[in-house]
Amino acid sequence: MGNHSDGSPNHSGTVATAGQNEVEKFQDPGIPPHRLRLADTDPKAAKRAERQVALLFGISVVGTLIFLVAYFAIDLGNDSSIATIRLQNALLGIGTAFAMLGIGTGIVHWAKALMPDHEVSEERHAIRYEEDRQAAVRIVDDIVEETGIKRRPLIRNTLLGAVALAPLPAVAIFGDLGPRPDDKLAHTMWAPQDGKLKRLTRDPDGTPIKASDVTIGSAFHVIPEGLNELQEGKLNEKAKSVVLLMRLDPSSLHPSKGREQWGYNGIVAYSKICTHVGCPVALYEQQTHHLLCPCHQSTFDLTQECKVIFGPASRPLPQLPIAVDDEGYLVATSDFHEPVGPSYWERDEHERNINS
Amino acid sequence: MSATSTAEPAFVAKTKAGRFTDFVDSRVGGSGILREFGRKVFPDHWSFMFGEVALYSFVILLLSGTFLTFFFDPSMAETHYDGSYTPLKGVEMSVAYSSSLNISFDIRGGLFMRQVHHWAALLFVASVAVHMLRVFFTGAFRRPREMNWVVGSVLLILAMAAGFTGYSLPDDLLSGNGLRIIDGVIKSIPVIGTYISFFLFGGEFPGTAIISRLYTLHILLVPAMILLMIVLHLFMVVIHKHTQYPGPGRNDNNVVGYPLGPVYAAKAGGFFFIVFGVLALMAAFFTINPIWNYGPYDPSPVSAGTQPDWYIGFVDGALRLMPGNPFGWHVEQVWFGHVFTFNVLLPALVPAGILFTVMFTYPWIERWVTKDDREHHVLDRPRNAPTRTAIGVAGFVWYCVMWAAAGSDLIATHFHVSLNDVTYWLRALFFIGPIIGFIVTKRVALALQRKDREIALHGRETGRIVRLPHGEFIEVHAPLDEYKRYKLVGFESPQVIPAQPNEHGVVTRKEKRRAFLSRWFFEDRVAPATPAELEAAHGHGHEAVEAAEGSKSLTH
Repeated sequence: MGNHSDGSPNHSGTVATAGQNEVEKFQDPGIPPHRLRLADTDPKAAKRAERQVALLFGISVVGTLIFLVAYFAIDLGNDSSIATIRLQNALLGIGTAFAMLGIGTGIVHWAKALMPDHEVSEERHAIRYEEDRQAAVRIVDDIVEETGIKRRPLIRNTLLGAVALAPLPAVAIFGDLGPRPDDKLAHTMWAPQDGKLKRLTRDPDGTPIKASDVTIGSAFHVIPEGLNELQEGKLNEKAKSVVLLMRLDPSSLHPSKGREQWGYNGIVAYSKICTHVGCPVALYEQQTHHLLCPCHQSTFDLTQECKVIFGPASRPLPQLPIAVDDEGYLVATSDFHEPVGPSYWERDEHERNINS
Repeated sequence: MSATSTAEPAFVAKTKAGRFTDFVDSRVGGSGILREFGRKVFPDHWSFMFGEVALYSFVILLLSGTFLTFFFDPSMAETHYDGSYTPLKGVEMSVAYSSSLNISFDIRGGLFMRQVHHWAALLFVASVAVHMLRVFFTGAFRRPREMNWVVGSVLLILAMAAGFTGYSLPDDLLSGNGLRIIDGVIKSIPVIGTYISFFLFGGEFPGTAIISRLYTLHILLVPAMILLMIVLHLFMVVIHKHTQYPGPGRNDNNVVGYPLGPVYAAKAGGFFFIVFGVLALMAAFFTINPIWNYGPYDPSPVSAGTQPDWYIGFVDGALRLMPGNPFGWHVEQVWFGHVFTFNVLLPALVPAGILFTVMFTYPWIERWVTKDDREHHVLDRPRNAPTRTAIGVAGFVWYCVMWAAAGSDLIATHFHVSLNDVTYWLRALFFIGPIIGFIVTKRVALALQRKDREIALHGRETGRIVRLPHGEFIEVHAPLDEYKRYKLVGFESPQVIPAQPNEHGVVTRKEKRRAFLSRWFFEDRVAPATPAELEAAHGHGHEAVEAAEGSKSLTH
């Protein structure tokens, strides 16, 4: 690869056309001569540097005192205001900063201005010596020989088998870290209990919602009736059952076959848990009827049954079938017809079970 | 090691410190260690400080973290807050969140410690990453330091693990949403994903176990592994001795710098206090993670503009960039009755997988391409290894595109542009960015090398214009002194190694591939200037001018 090995423009008259080892190289001139600093030659400058270092250490002492004063003199009291906390935090920080920076800059200044700054050269040693290597190989060979493992394959093979199996209990013992998933992800609190349909209630206070309260263009954050009264696993249930309730002009909704009865007068309810990785789809753009997930910007179109129109989600948000009960409150006529939230391995199987 | 020599009664130390040292030494034999390390030479350069910053941040993390453990309670049991932060009084929350609030508002210095801890954590991962970039771009990973590069890479992963486990502990709304995303990613894993999720969270998300489990990982397992890796890392630094930048007097057989005692130890030791001081200033004036603004975790609300800590950003950004239904095709597929969530799996695993695989294996890739199995203790200036530098920049650009994507919504609101357009542009940059980065960097590096040749051969521009007797105007170039010139010419410039037959006289396909890569690496290299070229350059008629410069001129 000779001719353009020098890489420089052709007219520069360079000569490096042979392999680089044959080209004469510049000689290493050695470590540059040491240059004296001001403090090395001028005793006054040295004295000045000495005083500067001492001053920096003095500043550190002041910093420590600031910290102690801020710690003991500022009383947080029983209901400390943000302003007090902020003041104490700032003073503790300034105190620590002065204390540390005083010591640090003092030492570094001391080292740079006053300590000898001659660069020295040290030889590197070989990382290993051939003599050591040979001795080590001999030792290993002797050890292997004395165990007799090569002559007794029965011992070797049974040992290998035993060692290979021994970690299994260590893996198995983590089996109780959690319960089996079974079909827990497939069901939510919305399923009617003892034939009674669950009402849609406001998040977080749990008051039921009348269909007449839902005006066109409005949106409600919804939780199932009875969620707040749960003693255990409240967040687990909430993480699956939160719903967004919106009312549109019924003519802009285009329900697909089988879903005609899932809404009421343009009121529709969709799962709030994103089908991407499970963030709450909390942003509703009233004008465009888009739902936006603030975590990864998946966008769902309400007028197309929450089909994904942008972003990383691949599935539409599950719809909750709703109706109105005798007193005019909104109720869920059944659970979701598919598992809510992010996809998982068994999801399709669960969906088929729900709908069969 | 010197135990037998204590029989000699002759030595009496003169100072108190000397007597104390002698006391210890005669019992544990420390003089050997002091003799080895007391004057050990360390090269000095500002870019060597990133590793120190990482080490010191870790020490500060241990100190501040220990304080926090005394007050933090990692329980997810429900409680009603009754501390002194008024807006949250009576609100239902977990004990973990409540105790984090107490640390912030009811324990003097608690907020300061939380702030120091969080800032130090961010700085720790950042300094590890920048340190690795320094090591990569200067070729410090080459033999004999490949294993230490691997240990460093493991440290980067551990640092991120430590950061993420700690970030989730306060059980606030922001970190809870972070866990929710992790849960979604885990569930996308084929076959075992659902089980892993249930085992990790002790049941359905969020459950009541995750915080205490992360706590054990965060304060025991991960820091212990980090500590072990740091010990290994520093142990190998001692064995290998530090690398040094090229320059006069420096070669692969020596190490030029300052002795450990006193100068280097003072500078490095003082630097610890400086890092601590800077972190204290940041903790004093810049709020980080104000959990009291977020509220306790609740699966229903989320605030717009949510951001993970910076080091998780590139994975989050990749998740955002992946289209779920490109051109109407569903990325999530149901095959054989099971769900393959490629719209989550691919962005969560592939970019990070590629980055880390290339990172771990790069020393061996380059060694294979260059057939260079020698020890290297003198660093490369990045420009003198143009292809490596370009590869590094390409990877860095790729990372940065993903990282920027994690803030796509903030970019859109801040610059008043459409969120969708930001995403489309970043999707394009995801593929084009690294290529542009590679080409531009390689050209810049080659141009800098040519500039170096030019300066080495023709001297530096002085800005002084001289009129020659026959009327020609020229700019005077001042020749470099030999030390400065050696810095510009004293480097190795590997060349293309064509495919070579093996012992059977066969050129294998693998060898052909290696030769192809070798050509790709080095075909347009710029060779360092040689004395002969310098001689030739002086033949151009500069002598008259240079002679006028008097004593500065070099004689040949």
